[in-house]
Amino acid sequence: MTTIAANPSDLHEHDSDHKPAFFARWFMSTNHKDIGTLYLIFAIIAGIIGGAISGMMRVELAEPGVQYLGTWASWLSGSEATWNEALHMWNVLITAHGLIMVFFMVMPAIIGGFGNWFVPLMIGAPDMAFPRMNNVSFWLTVVAFIMLLGSTFVPGGTGLGAGTGWTVYAPLSTSGSVGPAVDMAIFSLHLAGAASILGAVNFITTIFNMRAPGMTLHKMPLFVWSVLVTAFLLLLALPVLAAAITMLLTDRNFGTGFFDAAQGGDPVLYQHLFWFFGHPEVYIMILPGFGIISQIVSTFSRKPVFGYLGMAYAMVAIGVVGFVVWAHHMFTTGMTANVKIYFTAATMVIAVPTGIKIFSWIATMWGGSISFKTPMLWAIGFIFMFTVGGVTGVVLANGGLDDAYHDTYYVVAHFHYVLSLGAVFSLFAGFYYWFGKMSGRMINEFLGQLHFWIFFIGVNVLFFPMHFLGNNGMPRRIPDYNSAYAYWNEIASLGYAIMAVGVVIFFINVFYSLFFGPKAEGNYWGEGATTLEWTLSSPPPFHQFETLPEVK
Amino acid sequence: MNFSNKLLLLVGLLLLPSQLFAQESAQEPQAPVVAPVTPAPEAPVANDAQPVADSATEASDGAKYVPMDATPGFGMPTDKAIDFQDQKNDLGQRAYWINNYILLPIITVISLFVLALLFWVIVRYRRKANPEPSKTTHNTMIEILWTGIPVLILLGIAIPSIDLLAKQFEPAPKNAVTVKAIGYQWYWGFNYPDHGDFEVVANMLKEKEDVAEGERYRTDADGPQLLATDNRMVVPAGVPIRLQTTAADVIHSFAIPSLWFKLDAVPGRLNEKALMIPEPGVYFGQCSELCGALHGYMPIAIEALPPEEFAVWVKEQGGSMPADAVADAQAAEPATEPATKNEVAAEAG
Repeated sequence: MTTIAANPSDLHEHDSDHKPAFFARWFMSTNHKDIGTLYLIFAIIAGIIGGAISGMMRVELAEPGVQYLGTWASWLSGSEATWNEALHMWNVLITAHGLIMVFFMVMPAIIGGFGNWFVPLMIGAPDMAFPRMNNVSFWLTVVAFIMLLGSTFVPGGTGLGAGTGWTVYAPLSTSGSVGPAVDMAIFSLHLAGAASILGAVNFITTIFNMRAPGMTLHKMPLFVWSVLVTAFLLLLALPVLAAAITMLLTDRNFGTGFFDAAQGGDPVLYQHLFWFFGHPEVYIMILPGFGIISQIVSTFSRKPVFGYLGMAYAMVAIGVVGFVVWAHHMFTTGMTANVKIYFTAATMVIAVPTGIKIFSWIATMWGGSISFKTPMLWAIGFIFMFTVGGVTGVVLANGGLDDAYHDTYYVVAHFHYVLSLGAVFSLFAGFYYWFGKMSGRMINEFLGQLHFWIFFIGVNVLFFPMHFLGNNGMPRRIPDYNSAYAYWNEIASLGYAIMAVGVVIFFINVFYSLFFGPKAEGNYWGEGATTLEWTLSSPPPFHQFETLPEVK
Repeated sequence: MNFSNKLLLLVGLLLLPSQLFAQESAQEPQAPVVAPVTPAPEAPVANDAQPVADSATEASDGAKYVPMDATPGFGMPTDKAIDFQDQKNDLGQRAYWINNYILLPIITVISLFVLALLFWVIVRYRRKANPEPSKTTHNTMIEILWTGIPVLILLGIAIPSIDLLAKQFEPAPKNAVTVKAIGYQWYWGFNYPDHGDFEVVANMLKEKEDVAEGERYRTDADGPQLLATDNRMVVPAGVPIRLQTTAADVIHSFAIPSLWFKLDAVPGRLNEKALMIPEPGVYFGQCSELCGALHGYMPIAIEALPPEEFAVWVKEQGGSMPADAVADAQAAEPATEPATKNEVAAEAG
């Protein structure tokens, strides 16, 4: 629709759909929907890379012994890899997988992608408050990602790349990793963090100032609430990460000793700073997912969300309490009994608002008239899988039990149940829910359901046995293991293969539907879909709500 | 025999106060190990007390330390297991009980309850079964219930859990044996400050096909693959251990799953926890904090021996039992020996 109209009245009619030329539209974008699309494409690419890395890890772990690391390390360096370089490769893989999935897949998709696309639409705003800053956020994230990928080609101590784990603990990340790789990874986190802070400022301003007339805070859709809470978490947590990794940089390069015991510093201080960011970060990844699930459950049950205010303030409570529980990630660092008791108790408190959310979703379905379209399958899958991941979190909250669980595969199982089966399920749910709205074409329902079932089975076969491995004492982050752990590791790797088939079906579906899917109506889900984005065409006009909608 | 035993006890009693003072000024009250004194092995001590003793020949005299064979399935992961390793001390059994008999049932029931509710709404409220949705969006009673009941459940968990925590933090008694585990990239060092301050270095034993001709490789007696070490952290069984951890380069973590024990080894810090191993045996664990390239290859093997065998081992490492230090002091001054004995007798009397 880029034809220039001959007379002014035509021009007026079409300017809501007047799109800039390709380069200006996609590289200098100020349109929240285009930026949201860019974020989603970016997150999918990062997800493919991060997922491929986890595939490499599962292949290596499929049987005891080290089979492939040496080959992969020699691909990176171009020469025969030594034993230590091969093992360093393992640490590079786990580090890259963690950082990519957290900072470049989940966050860009759920906040940058769906947040950008649907927060303005749902509050009846024409765009984000700071459109150019929005663009800066996106491109900073791209540069950050390139920086992180680039770090794998430069020396990082024992071999090429940063092998510190996504937590970048000192002194392994300072005196323990000589070479520019860790510096590059830190810069990458700086840029990604700056991008997120800008994004957070943008969301907060947009939500507080640009709601349509009549849309009070207590009438906002829960997805908008979830992004608002998330934005505050980002705004408060990321500066702490920035400070911590800046101190790492100066420790590494300028001889400061913040985390060096020999200079009066303390390695454990770094962990406090990191987890003061790191724990809110896990809620940053899951809260928008809560919001998405709330929209979907309500739509497909044809019922308003049960206990709306409780749902909104449960997220606020999770956000607030999420800031005062960080040291449960550090139970074995040698803290005193009282500190450990406090962090045990505080952590368990989070189960209460989380329980409210789970039960409210079920109560929303209760008495509803439920249709089981693909997004709803993902949402129901989310509710159950997040419950399983949540209750193992309650187990891990117990400092006394953590002496056995800490840094074992039980922890890996727990956080993949809340992220890989929690956050990722909510991402897929949102993607299927809004695909028609974003692209203008309906996504194939059969392939969507097939994707769900295969993926659901795959991730459970992949991650459930990790609880057993953890119980049996298998530590995290090791490339090789005693043969007692072989059985469940082989099954986990099999689960990865099943999951991968599901992902292939997803991509086939996306490409097929983008080109051959039937055209989507404005509100293709019917009467249950009540938020403002469904009042618009699919896809919405390039500029929407030039006349603000009135919310009653 | 009888005489030397009596002598030992007396000397120990005499020197107890002076030892106390000496060590108090040094650091922690890590002192006069009472328990090891009482069951103190007779033979080696008696040997040492003889002024003529020639340490080289005499280690072979009587008891000789023989590394304990690892028992398959004991203190190590078991094939295909879904449960914890058998817990070998009281605290571990207590933690295991809380986990498997309180938490596991609760979280299983909660998960199944949520699953059952989901099934119910899926069947009962599917569009075919319920074409007209209700408009209910509030029910104060049920909202109070699903807030209140979880709080009560959490309280029920918190009470035994915090009690366990408090027990885990009970400091080691004064008579505990101090062992300092030092993490290095990528092996462990075990230092025995109470026993002459010697240090044992423990590296992972490689497989036969991975070592050069003539080098030592792992056998099943050493322990399972990737878990066996060339030297072990040897401790007395049934005697409290004051385990301290620290590290020389980066952070490591000292973990033994069958004892429900994990404590980070942080450079510049000295972490300390009490550890009790009632049963003799070999217990395996692994470094549990990412520490660089060979993180997966720095296992921990604890060998808990009956106290008298532990004393033999200490001797072979060139160390001395705290009680021996006393005897050695005697031996160093043979001239005054009779006098001292008399004094002891007098004071004790």
